[in-house]
Amino acid sequence: MDGAAADGFDPASGPHQPVFVIEGVSKLYRTGEVEVRALNGVDAVLYEGELTVLLGPSGSGKSTLLNILGGLDKPSEGTVRFRGRELSAFSERQLTLYRRDHVGFVFQFYNLIPSLTALENVALVTEIARRPMKPEEALERVGLAPRMDHFPAQLSGGEQQRVAIARAIAKRPEVLLCDEPTGALDSQTGIRVLEALSAINAELATATAIITHNAAIQAIAHRVFTFADGRISEMRENESRVSPSEISW
Amino acid sequence: MTALDRKVLRDLGRLWAQALAVALVLASGVATLVLAMGAYRSLDETREAYYERYRFGHVFAHATRAPDSLIVRIAAIEGVAAVEGRVVESVLLDVPGLEAPATAIAVSLPDHGEPSVNRLYLRTGRLPEPGRPDEVAVNENFATENRLSPGSAISALMDGVKRTLTITGTVLSPEYVYALGPGSLVPDNRHFGILFMSRRALGSVFDMEGAFDDLSLRLLRGADEQSVIAALDLLLAPYGGTGAYGRKDQLSHAFLDGELTQLLAMARIIPPIFLLVSAYLINMILSRLIALEREQVGLLKALGYSGLQIGVHYLKLVVVIACVGVVVGFAAGTWLGAGLTRLYGEFYSFPFLIFQWSVGTYLAAGAVGIAAAVVGALRAVHGAVALPPAIAMRPPAPPVFHHISFDVFGRLGLFSQLTVMALRHLWRWPLRAALSALGTSLAVSLLVVALFSFDSVEFMVDMLFFQSDRQDATISFAHARPPAVREAVLQLPGVMAAEPFQAVPVLLRHGHRERRLAITGKPMATDLSRVLDLDLQPVVLPETGLVLSERVAAILDVQRGDLVEVELLEGHRRSVRVPVAEVIQSYLGLMVFMNLEALWKLTGEGPRVSGMHVAIDEAKLSALYAAVKETPVVGSVALLDATRLKFRETIEQNMLVMTTVYVVLSVIIAFGVVYNSARIQLSERARELAGLRVLGFTRWEVSRVLLVELAIVTVLAQPLGWALGYGFAYAVIAGFESDLYRVPFVVERDTFAVASLVVMAAATASALLVRRRVDTLDLIRVLKTRD
Ligand SMILES: Nc1ncnc2c1ncn2[C@@H]1O[C@H](COP(=O)(O)OP(=O)(O)OP(=O)(O)O)[C@@H](O)[C@H]1O
Ligand SMILES: [Mg+2]
Repeated sequence: MDGAAADGFDPASGPHQPVFVIEGVSKLYRTGEVEVRALNGVDAVLYEGELTVLLGPSGSGKSTLLNILGGLDKPSEGTVRFRGRELSAFSERQLTLYRRDHVGFVFQFYNLIPSLTALENVALVTEIARRPMKPEEALERVGLAPRMDHFPAQLSGGEQQRVAIARAIAKRPEVLLCDEPTGALDSQTGIRVLEALSAINAELATATAIITHNAAIQAIAHRVFTFADGRISEMRENESRVSPSEISW
Repeated sequence: MTALDRKVLRDLGRLWAQALAVALVLASGVATLVLAMGAYRSLDETREAYYERYRFGHVFAHATRAPDSLIVRIAAIEGVAAVEGRVVESVLLDVPGLEAPATAIAVSLPDHGEPSVNRLYLRTGRLPEPGRPDEVAVNENFATENRLSPGSAISALMDGVKRTLTITGTVLSPEYVYALGPGSLVPDNRHFGILFMSRRALGSVFDMEGAFDDLSLRLLRGADEQSVIAALDLLLAPYGGTGAYGRKDQLSHAFLDGELTQLLAMARIIPPIFLLVSAYLINMILSRLIALEREQVGLLKALGYSGLQIGVHYLKLVVVIACVGVVVGFAAGTWLGAGLTRLYGEFYSFPFLIFQWSVGTYLAAGAVGIAAAVVGALRAVHGAVALPPAIAMRPPAPPVFHHISFDVFGRLGLFSQLTVMALRHLWRWPLRAALSALGTSLAVSLLVVALFSFDSVEFMVDMLFFQSDRQDATISFAHARPPAVREAVLQLPGVMAAEPFQAVPVLLRHGHRERRLAITGKPMATDLSRVLDLDLQPVVLPETGLVLSERVAAILDVQRGDLVEVELLEGHRRSVRVPVAEVIQSYLGLMVFMNLEALWKLTGEGPRVSGMHVAIDEAKLSALYAAVKETPVVGSVALLDATRLKFRETIEQNMLVMTTVYVVLSVIIAFGVVYNSARIQLSERARELAGLRVLGFTRWEVSRVLLVELAIVTVLAQPLGWALGYGFAYAVIAGFESDLYRVPFVVERDTFAVASLVVMAAATASALLVRRRVDTLDLIRVLKTRD
């Protein structure tokens, strides 16, 4: 598996630096007497410009890993390095700047601010980002421009999810972490969203990780990680990637 | 405007009802402080200015008859700025339309120019012309109460001669802000007045031509009052001087001062309680409100906002709320304070009012309010920021419920599953339930504080007038009489019983402590006017020695058995050492009693009485009044019935305003707190409740879960509220104690009941409002997002 990580990314598309180096990462959750091992010794490397799809049964630890990569949580054991700097050693302030400047996150539960409109939810991020696109543009990319003045409660689940995606791509992030971005979408809208994500991935060489339960989506990835019981049980490279427009479900 | 600032506005819009309720809670706290301090400062300032502009005297003295030539020598005393020698005599009046006799003090006005001390403010008409014995100006209150105006005529018994006087004008005097008749505890402006007459006219009536019997003087700035008094006493001694005294012992000033001190005590105790309680409450409410935002804090953090930025964001929200509260509090407090000042100003008949607002009070009240809000918000934000965003963004983990005994009830079918759910929820978050209960109980306690003073006053009125002073009237003689006068008094129509008393002005001294007081001599056991201890038991005066009230004992630092030096201020002016026979606890402050016969021995002037307490047959009241109006020996008559009414009226009128303000503010606080608790509970549980609705429970069933919780918390809060209220009330009473009296500490059960009823009404209203929200709960919306 280590070997796969080292040379796993298609060198043909240019010289690519590792963005994340994950070594022996475990995560324990303790609630009262119950102890849950959400991650159990994960090793992996994610590269610049690479699009990774994470698959695996519910509860296998996908979201947990993504949260750790996004600086939203800390591993109980092991290390994660972001461009050579150890993430788990970051101070609170460094973590804040890391999240602000480098990471675009699409949360599994869309997590919009209910009292802000779609546009304002996106603006929330562009206002503090370094080189953002205009919030309108980000919404345009996910096909939501006509609904930008609506509040989350006035949007469908899928629309809310697209706002969340627009919010993630609006800052032109170096790292794009998406937790089930298409979970609530029909195939047509889902494909549109995936196109937006892969466009950012291609334009900015963003290291992109997408969690999904939809096996069809793995076709657009450079690599596919499969999770089971807190580990990466399988890591597969796609011989031939297809563009999002070519898949359907 | 940034998206976050927009969120502040939207959140305010969304939470407006709650925000307003919180703001009003704070406003009430701020308003109490501002109004009480404002009214006190304004009245204090007004009094000061009044005294200065109308040259209120600093030192006062009486003599039997001193030649006018003495004035020059008095003016030469070092430190004296101005002297006014006057004729001041007591007269009995027959006022048209007033059946009972009225008493008045006639004060002379100089025949040329204005008095150099104690100037008059002319309200209507003009001053009497020099030398006109039939013209008088009267104090405004007396005129108003008796519907007298310039041109009205009254008849007076002056030095045994009946005269008809014409009123030329109504006036105000700094010397009689508080016009207290002899033997009265409260001003009775209907039966007691002040007449101002030409010096020449009054002098000839009382045989005081070229002489004076009363003196007022003003001191130079920085002059030593004590040495002036000593020098003055020396000069007046040969002319029957009874000892000069300063403002501290001037009746009107002492009472006014006592009232202002009490107002200050009130301002220092009740408003801070209100302010601190409201500060605590908004701290608690805002902290709970922000705690609800945990997920959003997590999200903002996940999006790259720093803890500081998030903190500032929520601070903006609460500071806006707090500022609204503070500003409303300032406005309401200023307005109420001005109203109160006007009311008191009218009561004291100040000729003008000066409104004085202390910037410090505003700053302090504003700072406390805003700080409380800020601390509350930061506490909650800190709690959420400290969590890793991944955790904060999840809805709080479903709690681990323990199987507790409620389940047994559930299984037994005693309570429905829904009730068990409510109980279990309370049990699961005991701290949260306890805080809600504490908030509600503080509201109860404020009401107790606001309401209880009525109980104490009722008790006091009963104690003073129905237990202690049971006479129907007190007749004071113009000059002390031999005890045989009792027979004559008993001969008056309608008089059924008469008890003599003698009041002897003295200077009590112990070590270097001294105090000017009057010893009241009474027969050993009395039935009408009784001396009572704190248990309302009559005190039997020992055969010899002084009986001091606790307050006097404290002032002189004496105990039972100690010797006190008694300097007589009238007659022989000798000093005698008298043992303290007893120190009694009493509700009245500066009291010194002595057995009448022992007092006669002490004065060495033989048996004398100053007056009689009498019981009257009401049927013969008119005949008695008519007789008294014709009886030259009677100096004044104080009617207890009138006093009783007046006392209650005065105190209750003053208190009613204050109390109404405090009650209204406590009701606002109670409603604000309970409403917010209920709303927050609803927010905390909206998802769960919406879930129940989706499962098919009816609106009523769902809101019952919430209402049961609310009801339990409200009921639990009551006893705690009573206990807190009792404690606060005790602190208030302790602050009220003055030289004049100790306010009994009485809290009736009714007060607790009313406080509880008000809060429960507030809770019911809140419950109904919140229930409406449950009814209109937008299920989809709640399950999708969070309100
Ligand atoms: N805060 C937490 N406290 C306790 N246990 C947790 C917590 N977060 C996650 N877990 C547990 O850790 C395990 C992995 O969770 P995770 O969310 O990573 O799964 P997942 O692979 O994303 O599943 P899904 O596909 O359903 O989203 C699960 O068993 C979950 O219950
Ligand atoms: Mg997940």
